[in-house]
Amino acid sequence: MAAIIEARGVVKRYKGFTAVAGVDFSVQAQECFGFLGPNGAGKTTLMRMITCVYPLSEGVLLVDNRDVMKEPRAIKAVLGVVPQEENLDPDLTVLQNLLVYARYFDIPKEVARRRALELLELFQLLDRQRSRIDTLSGGMKRRLLIARALINEPKILILDEPTAGLDPQARHLVWRKIRYLKGQGVTMILSTHNMEEAAHLCDRLVIMDQGRILVEDRPVNLIRQYVGQEVLELRLDTVGKSHVLRQLQSYNVSIEDVGDTLYVFSNDGGLLPEQLMVEGGDVVRRQATLEDVFLRLTGRELKE
Amino acid sequence: MPRVSYRSFRVWQRNRDVFFRLWKAELAPYLIEPIFILAAMGFGLGAYIGLIGGQTYLQFIVPGIVASYAMFTATFECTYGSYVRMEHQKTYDAIIATPVNIEDVIGGEIFWAATRSLLTACIILLVAFAFVHTLSPFAVLIPIVTVLEGLMFGSLAMVFTSITPSITAYNYYFTLFLTPMFFFSGVFFPLVSMPVVVQRLAWFLPLTPVVTLDRALISGELTPGLLAELGFILGLIVVLFTTSLITMRRRLIK
Repeated sequence: MAAIIEARGVVKRYKGFTAVAGVDFSVQAQECFGFLGPNGAGKTTLMRMITCVYPLSEGVLLVDNRDVMKEPRAIKAVLGVVPQEENLDPDLTVLQNLLVYARYFDIPKEVARRRALELLELFQLLDRQRSRIDTLSGGMKRRLLIARALINEPKILILDEPTAGLDPQARHLVWRKIRYLKGQGVTMILSTHNMEEAAHLCDRLVIMDQGRILVEDRPVNLIRQYVGQEVLELRLDTVGKSHVLRQLQSYNVSIEDVGDTLYVFSNDGGLLPEQLMVEGGDVVRRQATLEDVFLRLTGRELKE
Repeated sequence: MPRVSYRSFRVWQRNRDVFFRLWKAELAPYLIEPIFILAAMGFGLGAYIGLIGGQTYLQFIVPGIVASYAMFTATFECTYGSYVRMEHQKTYDAIIATPVNIEDVIGGEIFWAATRSLLTACIILLVAFAFVHTLSPFAVLIPIVTVLEGLMFGSLAMVFTSITPSITAYNYYFTLFLTPMFFFSGVFFPLVSMPVVVQRLAWFLPLTPVVTLDRALISGELTPGLLAELGFILGLIVVLFTTSLITMRRRLIK
């Protein structure tokens, strides 16, 4: 399969500060590729470079076999961008938002109208076509943003935090639409810090921190490799903790000590030892998730 | 190097569509206020003022009112209007995710500002024509001067927008720059009645050459010196338009 996005040694420096410190990756056509990372990891900057908004400081970035620094217009013509920050045009109605946006792509009027109505139908907004933007709910705005990004029938859809701030119903509806689009063969770039979302939608993903890519793989492989299948979570007081730590010494497990909680991971990527039982405290034995990988790799302290 | 393409027309179209949706609220202020001023100054104050260069006071101020309200229109569009679209509505961010680039956006905004100036000027001229019947045929050229004026003031406002730290900073632009210009560019009285220093300073205010041109076109007294005024306006357009593209890119693209 051919790579549709290819990044080699991409660096982005702002005045005296490096946001992206040299990243390499390639995205295959028709896959959903995720970027995970805490705030300030450089995800949004990277998205802005892929969408030809910010120039690169160093490196090469090819999108649809074109250089972002040389052919931004041609690249932007095949991209659909769903921004993190809602930027629908509040001076226009729902339908006008799509029609005016289509005009930026030089899409003929009749084609634009047909596609706009189809998209409104797909995203369950047809009965709101004459509404003003400020009368829409958060979930509706999000759906309209995705609909708008599809008006030019993009080869690549860029989703930056597509479900941030949505309630569970709205989030699941958006996920369903994204899965539907994936089924249609649209290549997707998804930037998020919602682990459930990433595990759910991404074929492959990278975890970024401080402008670098830490790991890249399929979500299942990452979980298996970095935390195993299970996690034991123990909430303890100080006395109980030293007692439990002593008990755990005899097992081949790795332990992460986070104040009032101990996380116990298996070392071989499999299940925790069957006989592993500890006494005292609050114990939860659960399936490992991408969130465990994420926290192990990027640390638990606040990123601000 | 600045790259404005035909796609700036797409941005112009966006602004036009919004205007047609909200035209009543958009148009009223630019229409009602100049009519009040024409009535109050022309008929009220004008009754106490003798002829200026053979013209009634009303005739004298019409070109100045046309020029200054065209200036205000373009300025509002590229100050408050553009700032809200850029910072609050994030409309520019949305547009530059398409094949339209930032220079097209800024160009489209300024072309739209000039269009609004044209609209304002034409309406005032039509109203004024009801009172002043002695327009020279050269007055038909006023729309052309107005479009240039709109490009000039739109670009100038856009340069200020590109460096303004917040929306309140426009107060300085209006009170320290536009308002003095309104009073000292020969709109309400001939500049020759002012001290020489003021006359010299006024010459540098970009509204002055526009008022001079409009006045000449309405009275029909054309002189070769007017070409210098026209040249001054064209020069400012080139410099300010180019500057606005560069400074706005610097503000928005990091």
